Amino acid sequence: MDDCNDKPARRFIGQSRRDLLKSAGLVGIATAGSSATASTAEAAQSAALAGAGPREALETLTALESQTLEAIVDRILPSDENGPGAKEARAAHYIDRSLAADHAANRDEYAIGLSVLNESALKMEGKPFHLLPADQQDSMLTNVSTDEIEGFMPSGSAFFRMVRDHMIEGVFSDPYYGGNRNFVGWDLLGYPGIRLGATEREVELGVALEPTHQSAYDHVTFTKAGNGGR
Amino acid sequence: MPTTLPKTDVVVIGLGAVGGVAVLPLVTSGAKVVGLEAGGWLTTRDFAPDELRNNSRNWPQSVQKANNEIPTVRAEPGAPTSRARRHPMMNAVGGTSMHYWAQSWRLNPWDFKTVSETRRRYGASRIPADSTVQDWPFGYEELEPYYDRVEYAIGVSGQAGNINGRLDRRGNTFEGPRSREFPMPPLRKSPFTELMSDGARSLGWKPFPGPAAINSEVYQDRPGCVYHGFCSRGGCHVEAKNSTAVTTIPKALESGDLTVVTYARVTRIVTDDAGRATGVEYVRGTTHYFQPADAVLLGTYTYENTRVLLLSKSPAFPDGLSNNAGQVGKHYFTHNHGSWVSALFDKDLRNWYGLPAQGVAIDEWADDNFDHAGLDFIGGANLWVHTDRRPMAAARIGTFGQAPTWGSQWKAFLMKNADRTNGCYIQATTLPYEGNYLDLDPEVNDPFGLPVTRITARYRDNEKRIAAFARAKMEQWYREAGAVQVIASDLPNAMGVSTHAYGGTRMGDDSETNVVDRWGLSHEVPNLGILGASVMGTSGARNPTLTAQALAWRTAERLAEKWSTIVG
Repeated sequence: MDDCNDKPARRFIGQSRRDLLKSAGLVGIATAGSSATASTAEAAQSAALAGAGPREALETLTALESQTLEAIVDRILPSDENGPGAKEARAAHYIDRSLAADHAANRDEYAIGLSVLNESALKMEGKPFHLLPADQQDSMLTNVSTDEIEGFMPSGSAFFRMVRDHMIEGVFSDPYYGGNRNFVGWDLLGYPGIRLGATEREVELGVALEPTHQSAYDHVTFTKAGNGGR
Repeated sequence: MPTTLPKTDVVVIGLGAVGGVAVLPLVTSGAKVVGLEAGGWLTTRDFAPDELRNNSRNWPQSVQKANNEIPTVRAEPGAPTSRARRHPMMNAVGGTSMHYWAQSWRLNPWDFKTVSETRRRYGASRIPADSTVQDWPFGYEELEPYYDRVEYAIGVSGQAGNINGRLDRRGNTFEGPRSREFPMPPLRKSPFTELMSDGARSLGWKPFPGPAAINSEVYQDRPGCVYHGFCSRGGCHVEAKNSTAVTTIPKALESGDLTVVTYARVTRIVTDDAGRATGVEYVRGTTHYFQPADAVLLGTYTYENTRVLLLSKSPAFPDGLSNNAGQVGKHYFTHNHGSWVSALFDKDLRNWYGLPAQGVAIDEWADDNFDHAGLDFIGGANLWVHTDRRPMAAARIGTFGQAPTWGSQWKAFLMKNADRTNGCYIQATTLPYEGNYLDLDPEVNDPFGLPVTRITARYRDNEKRIAAFARAKMEQWYREAGAVQVIASDLPNAMGVSTHAYGGTRMGDDSETNVVDRWGLSHEVPNLGILGASVMGTSGARNPTLTAQALAWRTAERLAEKWSTIVG
């Protein structure tokens, strides 16, 4: 139809090479770091569950809440044949941190909502939500988003909208905040990245412009140490 | 008891877009001025291209006074109120001019003469019966020199369409005559502005670049725009956005006659038994101060202007300062944004490095620029498309019915279309009405225990008809430019809290229906001036800031020129 049909695949190829190297490195570190207390198999399993390396504290969520949330965001913006998604971007890690900061007021909504979802999964399917197959997770989330499961605060649809909205922050905000790992979110959109200025030529290039893969805070102008401005 | 400070000539409340302009003509006249600002100084180091911090978290490093005083909203008396969680007004030296979109329009001549021009052309019956609209006490030509002064003092880029009556089709031929060119040429074109301009021309419309308080080239030793793309609710890291914090305020400080007091929260304006303002009380930290002054200029935002007056009760003004005629809070309206229209194109628009002020305007359907004889409304809308795009906002676009809003199909939609949508920004005429007003909320307080402003307002038929008319024009434009899908939202019933809020202290000759006189000075308190869009009686179909700044300059200059008469 037009040139866009092959674009996602093209992006994924460019993306996955970088990701592969980075995630391989992270897995290596994780295995070495946890060898004193856990078997290599367990460490590998944690690494696989977390998607991009387990060296992350849980600042607000419990371990089970975190697993449930990881599974939810992985269904909202899945990792699929079009490339990495919310899991690789570490959106759940972003949300965990934000619940200690800007979203602290939403902590109870997460506690109630994640527990209602998990208990429904146990009751109906006999397994915690994060261990359900993807199609069953999808159908449960559809029921949440259409208010067919009760007990959420204030409602399933509001809970789903909130998680989706916070996930968008976690995937597409500056990586400084703990999500958008390896610029997964910005690459997904074709956003060529933070620049401190863009020439007419760069604007004309559009998606063909090489992504900068920089945080705003990679620029010394905006860091504590910077002295570039007044 | 508050600590009483040494007396000054003029105290200005709020150093934002309007207070920050007014201080310059005041110190130029030799007045000693104290500027009270609720926020502090921000610098270029604070203006990181960080969408989460700036656009979602509302500048956590900035003082959150305005954010803690967001008005409550209800459509009409008796209806339940709601309250937005966040509002983007900035508390800092420079105020919201630090991170606004910086479109710097002059109103068109019709906006000053809405009543008389409508009567003349269509008959008095065309003015909605419940509207309280009046002509301004003067016409466009009275304000022209002040527009010009502000444009050159802060720096505005744009393409003139009318210089002393000589029309230039590259600019807006519907604008009132300018005395000279803009200080700078317009911001640069982009692939998207060219696409939309071509679409407009093929409809026979006249597209033109909008005016912006953003440097398109070096101006007053500050650089031109670098188009990095985080301008909406973002300050400028190269100082190309001409906030008062980098233009008029530093210039006024050079005189030595301006004292800036940061982190000062004004609680009330004090008056004597004769009804004259004697100064201002404010809190800094936990310490209370009284700043005596010969004259007071109130230059906060529209909601706070009304609130400060209503909170400043005294024996001479038992219902609030300058409110013995009961007009404070009346004739309130927000800009009718004519509902949202979004378009989906079948190719990338290349808008990642644009800004809200870099765009294309159409004025054919604004004000009385077209014949309303066969129509059922007065006024109209300026159509505006712009190049702003940021990643989180791009991920929040609707799916135009092509995909669900989550899952693999949503992801595929985003990957294909993140740079293919555009949401437009329609600004339409809004009129003041009986029953649309501001007062103090009887139940909701700010953290100091003072009531917040309550909005009671709803859109009426005239606004809804303009919205429907403008929406159709906008859709026509998008489609002509190649959009494959266009969707629109309806105008809501209640007028919510807005960054384009007008009225509450309207300007006019009649002291029974207006709070300030034709100079912006209170009818009831001769040494009190009020600055901001709160004095405007009509909205125009374009952004209000430059008009509010021109009026602020004029009020300050008047105060200085008539000092001995006014201060006595």
